[in-house]
Amino acid sequence: MSKNILTRRGLMRTGAAAGAGLAMPTIFTGQVWSAAHSGYTNAPQGSTVTLGFNVPQTGPYADEGADELLAQQLAVEHLNGEGDGGCLNTFSSKALKGNGILGKKVQYVTGDTQTKSDAARASAKSMIEKDGAIMINGGSSSGVAVAVQGLCQEAGVIFMAGLTHANDTTGKDRKANGFRHFFNAYMSGAALAPVLAKEMGSDRRAYHLTADYNWGWTQEESIVASTEALGWETVNTVKTPLASTDFSSYITPVLNSGADVLVLNHYGGNMVNSLSNAIQFDLLSKQVNGKDFKIVVPLYSELMAAGAGENIKGVLGSMNYNWQLDNEGSKQFVKSFGEKYGKPPSNSAQTCYAQVLLYADACERAGTFNPCGVAEALEGFEFDGLGNGKTLYRAEDHQCFKDVLVVRGAENPTSAYDTLEIVEITPVDQVMYAPDHPMFGGAEAKLGECNPGA
Amino acid sequence: MDAFILQILNGLDKGSAYALIALGLTLIFGTLGVVNFAHGALFMIGAFCAVFLQRILSLSFLTVDETRTDFLGNPMKVETPYVVDWFGPELGNAIIDWSVPLAILFAIPVMVFVGFVMERGLIKHFYKRPHADQILVTFGLAIVLQEIIKYFYGANPIPTPAPRALAGAFDIGTVIGFDANTIIYPYWRMIYFAFSLIIIGGVFGFLRYTTFGMVVRAGMADRETVGMLGIDIDRRFTLMFGIAAAVAGLAGVMYTPINPPNYHMGMDFLVLSFVVVVVGGMGSLPGAVLAGFLLGILESFASTSWATSALPGINQIIIYLVAIIVLLTRPRGLMGRKGVMEE
Repeated sequence: MSKNILTRRGLMRTGAAAGAGLAMPTIFTGQVWSAAHSGYTNAPQGSTVTLGFNVPQTGPYADEGADELLAQQLAVEHLNGEGDGGCLNTFSSKALKGNGILGKKVQYVTGDTQTKSDAARASAKSMIEKDGAIMINGGSSSGVAVAVQGLCQEAGVIFMAGLTHANDTTGKDRKANGFRHFFNAYMSGAALAPVLAKEMGSDRRAYHLTADYNWGWTQEESIVASTEALGWETVNTVKTPLASTDFSSYITPVLNSGADVLVLNHYGGNMVNSLSNAIQFDLLSKQVNGKDFKIVVPLYSELMAAGAGENIKGVLGSMNYNWQLDNEGSKQFVKSFGEKYGKPPSNSAQTCYAQVLLYADACERAGTFNPCGVAEALEGFEFDGLGNGKTLYRAEDHQCFKDVLVVRGAENPTSAYDTLEIVEITPVDQVMYAPDHPMFGGAEAKLGECNPGA
Repeated sequence: MDAFILQILNGLDKGSAYALIALGLTLIFGTLGVVNFAHGALFMIGAFCAVFLQRILSLSFLTVDETRTDFLGNPMKVETPYVVDWFGPELGNAIIDWSVPLAILFAIPVMVFVGFVMERGLIKHFYKRPHADQILVTFGLAIVLQEIIKYFYGANPIPTPAPRALAGAFDIGTVIGFDANTIIYPYWRMIYFAFSLIIIGGVFGFLRYTTFGMVVRAGMADRETVGMLGIDIDRRFTLMFGIAAAVAGLAGVMYTPINPPNYHMGMDFLVLSFVVVVVGGMGSLPGAVLAGFLLGILESFASTSWATSALPGINQIIIYLVAIIVLLTRPRGLMGRKGVMEE
């Protein structure tokens, strides 16, 4: 009777080989952009124009990606004159007629970012090169947004970012071909600060747990600046590895740190776990420095709220959009999305929907698909009726400026959809900043030249 | 001192999960000689047994409440769980509330069955194949299993809380002479630690004090001789695979109130558990348990801010660093014995 003998060395050798294989990037650079068109990359031929929707379809943000894709498909329907027209009815610009874009029927292709920068670039590259996509939209991570934005700049197509909250996307990594509708970490800090002052006072000691990557750092920097401006003291800022699942060893030091506020600069699964762990340690029932202990989650999403369950009750945070917003654009979008899909839209869905319509509208107003013409039409564009109220696409950094929502985990939700309640709509003036703000790359940060590609 | 005690508690708590998973892995190594990269998936399936039972117990019928509206302005459809309708609000809600402890009973037969099917249906065909083949096929199986779970439950974590009576934290400090609120620890994490000790004790007792366990241990030491005595050792080893699967599954069930489960949670533990097995000593059950708790405690201390400020990044590498040191100084691991799993 024979038997394979397992040895430690054999196991570790095989494991290392398997690990190296899994870690291999899925894209190798070096291929020269080919452009079979004249004037600009992927100039539409025939009666159709192709958009590329690059969203996480696998991996931990697959549910968020699925929601983005639903919104993108809805936007395409509305652009082509199908369905109830959605926000074409409420959009302040009347350039879109429901006959596609510049008379060409809109079709789309999809890619899977996997929430990995190299995979996201590979899928965007494939959609641009093989499918002829003229614009890329979507995504659920700042790392992905910065990577794909860089690729689109090189390729000469427009990038309409999805969910990306790091300051760098329209800060030091801003690009002439890239545009962000979603808010950013600075805005979260600026919007939250007055509410925190009102609810918790100006004499607080904050302890930060921060996801150890680009987005976490910029959010921590923004929230620390905003809260210290209130008079709060920052007791400690601790970086937690992105791969962390159990945060107990990071939370127990909070108990005896003298802090009376815990700020969780985490997103997605990290946030669900760190908040759940903090609640297990009964932090919210503690009194420190004579005050009730509080937890703040600066960036919320509906899916995170669903994952954290009852743990979010009473916890403050901020959002780009919430379906409970009471304006005409929001009501129209919720109606269209809700009647088609049976649930209200998430804030990542809304930003993708708005971005697709904004791109199409800019093409119509510019009278061309040339990315430089489209970029010019978007720069400095003021609009309303897409759900967020009055909004400006600032020319200097391609960042949208609009009111920011401060939300709180609802104490008594009536359904799975109202687990977050709007506490404050912070006016846009309070979240504005200069294009050369130090947190956004300072004076050195430049958009560069628009690249039309071919 | 209070910080020290808290990190010890954290380490024991983390170590409980590592030890339970590593124990199952070692059982499979020791009996079948298989490198089972799907073991993390068994932990995940156990967690989803709790999710499944929670969903079954929460099955509801809809009634329309004309006094309230949904997000579209239509009359709201209100869900009422059948168990609440059948047993009344108090008992019905209590049944749902205790779904995680109840899932232990549900998970044991399910996980033994899953382990049996996995072993008989796939893994037995790879006993005589190179270990690289075993790793690839079990890793592939793990991916298939997690994608199946994702298909049914999505990618988002699913809150599966502990019973309300066991939520919250206990002020241990007041019992051992410290100030109030200095050493508090969640009830459920202490229960998890106690539960892991019971399971570990149960497995050791089963192997040590039952005839079945004695035959299995004899088979682990010398499979061919036991076979020549007319004992069907393969059948016993298959059952041991089922027991190992159940141990991993129960670890998963009890873990759900600590972190809401998602389809990927098994992978988060897999590599760490293999390191635990290697550090403990290949094929050594006490070694796996010892290494699990030891590495859990070291990982907790490495995550403190004084450790990360003195040695940035130490929290991410500590386990692998310890593995290197142990293998350099004790090549067979902490409790590995000469001749076991060696050429």
